[in-house]
Amino acid sequence: MRAVAAAFYKDLLLGWRGRAQGMAVAVFGATLLLLLSFAVGPNAQMLRQLGGGFLWVALLFSSTLALTESFRLERENRAIEGMLLLGVHPAAIFYGKALANWLQLFVLGLLLLPVMVVLYDPSLDGIGGVIGVLALGTAGLSAPGTLHAGLSSQTRAQQVLLPLLLFPLVVPVLIAAVRATSLLLLGDPMGQARSWALLLLAFDGVFWPLCGLLFGHVIEE
Amino acid sequence: MNETKAAIEARGLCKRYGRTWALVDVDLCIRPGEALVVAGRNGSGKSTLLRVLAGSLRPDRGEVRLLGTSLRRGRAALVGHASFTYDLLTGMENLRIAARLLGRPSGPEEIQPFLDRVGLGARGADRVQAYSAGMRKRLTLARALMQDAPVLLLDEPYGQLDPPGFGLIDRLVDELRAEGRAVVLASHQVERLSRICDRALLLDAGRAVWSGPASELPFAFQRLEEASIRAVAG
Amino acid sequence: MEIASAPPVSPRAVRGALVALGVGILLLTVGWYQGLFVAPPEHYMGEVQRIMYVHVPTAWHALLALSFAFLSALAFLWKNDWRWDARLEAAVEMGVLLSILCCVQGAIWGKPTWGVWWDWDPRLTAMAVMLVAFLGILALRHLVDDPRKRAVWSSVATVISYANVPIVYFSVRWWNSLHQVQSTPKTVDSAMVTPLRINAFGMLFVLIAFVTLRSQIARRRLAAELAPPPAASTALAAGGER
Repeated sequence: MRAVAAAFYKDLLLGWRGRAQGMAVAVFGATLLLLLSFAVGPNAQMLRQLGGGFLWVALLFSSTLALTESFRLERENRAIEGMLLLGVHPAAIFYGKALANWLQLFVLGLLLLPVMVVLYDPSLDGIGGVIGVLALGTAGLSAPGTLHAGLSSQTRAQQVLLPLLLFPLVVPVLIAAVRATSLLLLGDPMGQARSWALLLLAFDGVFWPLCGLLFGHVIEE
Repeated sequence: MNETKAAIEARGLCKRYGRTWALVDVDLCIRPGEALVVAGRNGSGKSTLLRVLAGSLRPDRGEVRLLGTSLRRGRAALVGHASFTYDLLTGMENLRIAARLLGRPSGPEEIQPFLDRVGLGARGADRVQAYSAGMRKRLTLARALMQDAPVLLLDEPYGQLDPPGFGLIDRLVDELRAEGRAVVLASHQVERLSRICDRALLLDAGRAVWSGPASELPFAFQRLEEASIRAVAG
Repeated sequence: MEIASAPPVSPRAVRGALVALGVGILLLTVGWYQGLFVAPPEHYMGEVQRIMYVHVPTAWHALLALSFAFLSALAFLWKNDWRWDARLEAAVEMGVLLSILCCVQGAIWGKPTWGVWWDWDPRLTAMAVMLVAFLGILALRHLVDDPRKRAVWSSVATVISYANVPIVYFSVRWWNSLHQVQSTPKTVDSAMVTPLRINAFGMLFVLIAFVTLRSQIARRRLAAELAPPPAASTALAAGGER
């Protein structure tokens, strides 16, 4: 637990020091939102319908950049090997990093949310729920994302390998988060958003323990 | 068996990278308070041996025992080619994070002595990205000292250091040995190391080709060079 | 833990695989003949429905191959035995191949039946997601040269991708149910069951044969990659005289 806290603190500090990079990722996400609306055309009604989906696609694409960066810092001077050599358990490194990545992706989502609201003009009644969905959905991106970023950071062609491995894995997150977000923004007469949120919770419940268990295999040489 | 347990004991270590073998059947044994120099040319397996002894690399065959128990990471401190540091953070922050991970007190006043000991006392507040290669080496050394491990593994200890740094290494090795720790140094600077170490191991193409008192290492190294020249010539 | 030695190629396994291949091809020939000429055309879909005799077994066996890949991955992580790595490689490749076939057959079926090449049917969609996931694992295997890292990493990726399959299936199913009623499989006529069964067994034999042969090929490559260290040269012997 102590080691998890220390690793989490370390990743937060690194994230804060590298905030210029983090902001660049957020700008990239906002640019994606803008570009995605060009794919539809100036149809306000349709854009409102698709806003939730675009938000998550932009978040997913930006997340690979943030995840890659977090392991670039670890590989630069083999800092992750240094942590293992201090006797730190790989799972502690994983949970520290996955928590920090979760927070980072959540903040990224919070930054992209107003951009989405401005561009697509959804109703703001369910915005509190959307923030909750952001928290659950980014948790679902963070755990498998941290595992696969750790793995692909050690390979050639890591830029393509991370999305290739991660995107199929997070299809349930994307589906559930997009449905829940859209329902909350467009009205949810049947109260279905709750069951999608439960699906996200279930996904997190499966992958947070599983990825923590497997992370040691990925980073030990 | 000797009554004092071996600080580090390795039997039949083999390690491969893909199709090439970096280590083949290497044995070694060091008692607490001893210093061993591992010599050999570039690519002879010195760094791999140290990383295996640290627990960073899993040997493909063989076993490492540390004070009579099988090796766990964290019990042998490694100062290797990589500095294990985060360039975005300051020297002090890097050490504080290591202290937190180790569960040691991590206040600035507890960390400062380690920075002073390696001659970085005045530069703790600078980011590591502004450090020279020699300063990074010193920082990694401070990190290893903080680990308070019974075994220290120093890979090319003099690499990138300035002449005062050479003296620092020699002094540290003496101090560590006086504290009853075992030190393994890998280097091709055989003359200098043969004076501060007790025993020596000569590696060639991943095999231990000679071991003996450190004072005889320069001669053994010389013979290895001559033999390989003969092999190439004939 | 001894992980340095590679498993030898087993001639017995190769012979067995060739026999299984022969049996499989024989069964498939009978099954296809039955499916194409003996079984009656389906009431609603007509002749197009005959693709079911290959499509359904393909889907089953794609899932079977990937399940075997999952078991091999677990076994490798647990036992560190190279034989499981060879089996994993074979099973993932066969699973990917069968998944591609399955998606193509689904599209061929879909066009005349539903009027579109692709329908977001949960089974078809989940299969496509699984296919992409395991294609990524194949890419990973090709991008890593160190045999040990390749084996461990692809095992890890296989375990989590496979654990994800049911979650993908149910999420696609719920997602899709909002748009349309899911097509339920109709009860199948017994005249249709016979060729389906024969084909399923035929394909099972072919699958076993291919996985065995492919894993023997993988063993051969591993044997080269994991060759024992070369003998010490004379130069070293001279150095070690003392």
